[in-house]
Amino acid sequence: MAVNDALAGTHKIIQEAQEQQGGQLVPTLNDFSQELTTLNLGPTHPATHGIFQNILQMDGERIISGVPTIGYIHRAFEKIAERRPFYQITPLTDRMNYCSSPINNMGWHMTVEKLLGVQVPKRAQYMRVIMMELARIADHLICNSILGVDTGAFTGFLYVFQEREKIYEIYEEVCGSRLTTNMGRVGGMERDFSPVAIEKLRKWLKEFPAVMKEFESMFNRNRIFMDRVVNVGPITAEKALNYGFTGPNLRAAGVDYDVRVMNPYSSYEDFEFDIPVGTNGDTYDRFLVRNEEIWQSLRIINQALDRLPDGPFHADAPHYYLPPKQAVYKNMEALIYHFKIIMGEIEAPVGEVYHSVEGGNGELGFYLISDGGRTPYRLHFRRPCFIYYQAYSEMVVGTSLSDAIVILSSMNVIAGELDA
Amino acid sequence: MADPTKEESTAAQETAAAQDPTAQQNAQVLALLHRLFGESTFTDVEEPYGLLTVTTKREHIHNIIAGLQQDTELKFHFLTTMCGINYPENLNQELGMIYHLHSLVHNVRLRIKIFFPLADPVVPTLTDLYATANWMEREAYDFFGIIFMGHPNLRRILNVEDMDYHPMRRQYPLEDGTREDKTDLFFGR
Repeated sequence: MAVNDALAGTHKIIQEAQEQQGGQLVPTLNDFSQELTTLNLGPTHPATHGIFQNILQMDGERIISGVPTIGYIHRAFEKIAERRPFYQITPLTDRMNYCSSPINNMGWHMTVEKLLGVQVPKRAQYMRVIMMELARIADHLICNSILGVDTGAFTGFLYVFQEREKIYEIYEEVCGSRLTTNMGRVGGMERDFSPVAIEKLRKWLKEFPAVMKEFESMFNRNRIFMDRVVNVGPITAEKALNYGFTGPNLRAAGVDYDVRVMNPYSSYEDFEFDIPVGTNGDTYDRFLVRNEEIWQSLRIINQALDRLPDGPFHADAPHYYLPPKQAVYKNMEALIYHFKIIMGEIEAPVGEVYHSVEGGNGELGFYLISDGGRTPYRLHFRRPCFIYYQAYSEMVVGTSLSDAIVILSSMNVIAGELDA
Repeated sequence: MADPTKEESTAAQETAAAQDPTAQQNAQVLALLHRLFGESTFTDVEEPYGLLTVTTKREHIHNIIAGLQQDTELKFHFLTTMCGINYPENLNQELGMIYHLHSLVHNVRLRIKIFFPLADPVVPTLTDLYATANWMEREAYDFFGIIFMGHPNLRRILNVEDMDYHPMRRQYPLEDGTREDKTDLFFGR
């Protein structure tokens, strides 16, 4: 009873505070008459996992209002992209959601391919699917294991980070880099999977499920963990849709929207997989949905690897796809194409194209307007983080500070994607 | 200039469109738009890469998006994204806003554009319809200086608050305009 009374009191204070501000949440100075405290959560705080600030107004342990400030690592990607040929924009996309760079890279390549009308061969599509699903697993592993760390369970984090390291080794074998991958090209992949890459991938596919099972058994029915996350930060499906949620956060609220199924790209229609959904969109549901998505991604990778078709790993599109370097030295056409592509002199049609992929955090959209020049006239990124993070200040009202941290990490807000 | 091959290709496109499910869906959406809001409301109807695109006036935009949200047939419940744009050479239509809507029930997307003069960049807000419009509109204000009437908190979001210009407008080139070693005499713009 006492707890309920206290909560009712808090709700009253919240209402009054909001009415005073004209229904809007704004930071105020410490208010001694109501004994409220203003607390800066961030910009640099180990629990925010990124540079963004929340000015919280606290009544003891309860949060009354939160005002987010973002933009600390804004790098003006949309402006920079207006001065860069298409292939030079790929490294910019790396730096958005840097936990799953390959998805961003592939999404961008597919956008340009849609504009140029390039058909990518099946093998390249399957290779892309494998890399994108690996990236999704790495992304979800980080989110869920960090959620564990924030609730006080460090061990799971160490276990699965080793697996993430192995995923990064596979990236390295496929494209040469690890975090900001710059993977693939417009028209396909830049090289075929090497035997070592396939071997590493098969080995990882065999070993990873055991680790994942161990991770799940550590958390899923863990009393301490459940007490911290069940019914913390719930959001209804209607509200989530109104806030533009996508990805695991929306599915945890019970809406089965997944771009891979709704608008299949890169041959996702060939694979059999399930879309896990939650019921009440709380932190626990978000955690479980991500875990289940890891299993589904494994299913997709296994199917794609077993049915990996033979054939070329890139489109036969010499106007857009760089020729092999050896040919550039010996073959005049290759030299010409190389020069034209590098100088950005490819012939892009006038037009506008919107393409979206299912990123680690939801619908990652690229809206490209081309005026036929060497660079986009305008490029807009639909960044899922930026769009759903605005619900955070509403979700934390009435919760305690420790819950706010848990909600933040379960939403998987990546600063690079938030600020672009 | 009459080009016979072009005419042939448009005829071929039309027959292809009749069989294409996306084109049929788009035709249905367009018919609904015309029925709900009148045919004269929309200009420049296009379908680039299968995504129905219409242009309208800013006086209608709030009505249209609210009407589409309430419509029980198509259920455009999801505002995917919106962004500003700047075409300095279009007189009195220099600035624009582009909205992407999505009907998750029927999986139809719709793009709506509005254009308005740079001197009068005032647009009605959508924050009363979609909570997600809040930061998107702040971003458009930050980048392009588009003012959203009725927005509860129209401040810059990504750039610093004491910035005194709107950097995504085309009048601000990305690199120093006085540099000569980078002029593109032979390539590109």
